[in-house]
Amino acid sequence: MRIVISCALLIILSLGLVFALEQAPLGSNHIDKKDKPGRYYLDQGMEKTGAANVVTSVVVTYRGFDTLGEVTILFIAAIGLGAVLYSRKKEKRDQKEKPSASLILQTGCRFLFPLIVLFGTYVFIHGHLSPGGGFQGGVIIASAFLLLFLGCKEKKIPMKSMNAVESLAGIIFVGIGLAGLYWGGSFLENFLPRGMPHMLLSGGVIPIIYIAIGFKVGAELAGIVAGLIERNP
Amino acid sequence: MEESLKQILELSLTLLMLGGAVCACVFKDLLNAVIAGAFVSLMAAILFYVLQAPDVAMAEASIGAALTTAIFVIAIKKTKRFEEE
Repeated sequence: MRIVISCALLIILSLGLVFALEQAPLGSNHIDKKDKPGRYYLDQGMEKTGAANVVTSVVVTYRGFDTLGEVTILFIAAIGLGAVLYSRKKEKRDQKEKPSASLILQTGCRFLFPLIVLFGTYVFIHGHLSPGGGFQGGVIIASAFLLLFLGCKEKKIPMKSMNAVESLAGIIFVGIGLAGLYWGGSFLENFLPRGMPHMLLSGGVIPIIYIAIGFKVGAELAGIVAGLIERNP
Repeated sequence: MEESLKQILELSLTLLMLGGAVCACVFKDLLNAVIAGAFVSLMAAILFYVLQAPDVAMAEASIGAALTTAIFVIAIKKTKRFEEE
């Protein structure tokens, strides 16, 4: 009986969706209409912000406040996970002998770790020129730390300085926003000179904000992974 | 010709994503379910790349396919591997 009722409800719901969406112009070309924001970003985004990657110019300048909200959400999630995973029984973990990884695995991890960090740094420093940005580069750096946690267990990562880096990057992000409010007239305004597009030093505050976001996301996610690995069931 | 090939690619990627999502729901072994979820993320990343959104594709591949899977695998290793009835 329940199956019949649920099937009937599903059919009614899908019919309603079909009738509702029949008239909607899904997949039509919205970009080419003159009054839409997409056309504006594509036409004038590079000129006004100096960033060759239009997605970055939208994410960091036009919707910079939105990005600040995203970073804040990630920060609150990391705090929540830390509060759930926190345990005082730190000494117990050290008594248990963990089998250490083989020499080949450890050497491979130590060899790959700087290369992955270098790639992540490249992704967020070139965020205003090529695809990628602070979030993507930060996650790549966090995956390098994950490799280190899995491969070389005896290598200790200074969590205190990671937390300091995370807080400093957040303060820099908000500080740049307030500086834009002071010198540019609105929060997160691009108050530095734009420079030549397609050059590394272009885009005003965009590279600085993306470097701050990259450090913040990388430190935060590495902290989350470290908290999960060190927690005993 | 090229347009229809692109449509076939997009359709097959979408169907693969649907199959992976159904597998992730059905599997009783949670490790397999997590791998199926990572497969869905990977196909989504390729689909974003085909649809000319490389920024989102990078985010999806690095967060969805790599880091989330690793976090789930660590969590399964610390708890139970099989779903109970």
